[in-house]
Amino acid sequence: MALRSVVSRKTLAPALRHYRSLTTFTLPDLPYDYGALEPAISGEIMRLHHQKHHQTYVTNYNKALEQLDAAVSKGDAKGVVQLQSALKFNGGGHVNHSIFWQNLKPVSEGGGEPPHGALGWAIDKDFGSLEALVKKINSEGAALQGSGWVWLALDKEQKILKVETTPNQDPLVTKGVSLVPLLGVDVWEHAYYLQYKNVRPDYLANIWNVINWKYASEVYEKESA
Amino acid sequence: MQPATACASSGLTIPWLRRCSSLRVKCSTSQRAHCASTSTADTAEPIEPIEPIDPIETDPEPDPEPFKLKPLPYPFNALEPHMSKETVEYHWERHHRGHVDSLNAIIQGTEFAEMELENMVLTSYNEGNPLPFFVHASQVWNHDFFWETMKPGGGGNPSGVLKYLIERDFGSLDELAKEIQNAALTQFGSGWVWLAYKAHRLGVGNDINPRPSKKDKRLVVVKTPNAVSPLVWDYYPLLAIDVWEHAYYMDYENRRGDYVSVFLDKLISWDVVSYRLKNAMFRASKREKMEKREMLLDKMKEATLRVKVRPTPKARPKMKRRQY
Repeated sequence: MALRSVVSRKTLAPALRHYRSLTTFTLPDLPYDYGALEPAISGEIMRLHHQKHHQTYVTNYNKALEQLDAAVSKGDAKGVVQLQSALKFNGGGHVNHSIFWQNLKPVSEGGGEPPHGALGWAIDKDFGSLEALVKKINSEGAALQGSGWVWLALDKEQKILKVETTPNQDPLVTKGVSLVPLLGVDVWEHAYYLQYKNVRPDYLANIWNVINWKYASEVYEKESA
Repeated sequence: MQPATACASSGLTIPWLRRCSSLRVKCSTSQRAHCASTSTADTAEPIEPIEPIDPIETDPEPDPEPFKLKPLPYPFNALEPHMSKETVEYHWERHHRGHVDSLNAIIQGTEFAEMELENMVLTSYNEGNPLPFFVHASQVWNHDFFWETMKPGGGGNPSGVLKYLIERDFGSLDELAKEIQNAALTQFGSGWVWLAYKAHRLGVGNDINPRPSKKDKRLVVVKTPNAVSPLVWDYYPLLAIDVWEHAYYMDYENRRGDYVSVFLDKLISWDVVSYRLKNAMFRASKREKMEKREMLLDKMKEATLRVKVRPTPKARPKMKRRQY
């Protein structure tokens, strides 16, 4: 009995030293059907966006994480640094899109209803009115060159709402560590091209019909408490 | 031949006369003398005084369209089935034209309107701090380049100098295709993938290569974000693949890799790429000669400045001769 434990400890010890569990990610399910956001966003776009784009980000992020794990274990500093752009892109894509699916809701379930309560007052205080906020987000989104995101953010430190843009798949924290995303609008071409072609302003105007202000309010109340 | 006309003053039919009634200047000197002697000032129609021309008013109005949208070298459906008619039409008609219109709107009436497009791209890039119309100027240039890189029935293999350089710098055409694929898939976001001719060994613009060798003039695959092109790094672009999503989304959805491999297999015009390479090599060698010449002239100038004038010998007191 004692011998067996000695043997097992000896053989296990090296394995235990290098064993590290890697948390991988999976594609989250949408809380509604692909076609539920019509006519603001077509079912085809939703399907491709979720099943192809987001899935690719998740797959590549997991791959990059595995490579990172291997590089860290080996002490390969150059490898670790080289992986950073893939991690930022794919990880950011996963983070951003996970928030995005929560930001949308079918009209039948309350999508598009203006915010009430604390968030509504904060919007009036910081932007004047909901219309002014929508106009600002739309203009920043239309002016964004290339691909990126437009965010309604809460600055936890300054306790103020802000509108920010991030390029490509950079998550909001890259613009400020104290920024919390309340609403994100994807202005990559894949988010609207099949339906709106190059007319991004139309997409931005119509998406407000399916924006889930309730989720934004919940996050706001939780983070500003 | 002008029909014979009658001189209004004298009534004579003079074949060489065109219109002499009031504009006597149309006649030659001798005829003018003839008219003057036979006519009276009263019957001649008075010459209307010419108003003095205000030099400022005759400046032409600024052209509202300094740049025109270049037509495609082939019809919209010529690249089917690899690039659909819809894609080509929307891409050219909406995106490319949109950039041309935006560019015209911004530069109209400014000094940039006189510039060549390539110069405008380089100037507006402003060494990394781009001016507001850089994106439009650069996208117009990029798209013109892109359309010409493709042709109906394209694909095949490169030949001649291009083939030699591809094999020297990448190993084989397949290796090149693999590198281009990798660049396209790691261009995170919108942008372009290029094959370019890099004349200098150093990767910095405006440098003079301190140790030139034959291998310096290389082919490289580069990827650029959004509207940037390798012109700003002083490279000579040879081919361009648009990897903005609007270029392939309707045909390939999210499969950018498939789009790029079909581009290289079925759409690319290697003739155009070869032509651009020869052009680039010629311009690069011409520039190198000019730079060498300038360096030599600078050295000579420096040398002349350094030449010292031999001083006159110092006056020395004469040595006394020993008295023997």
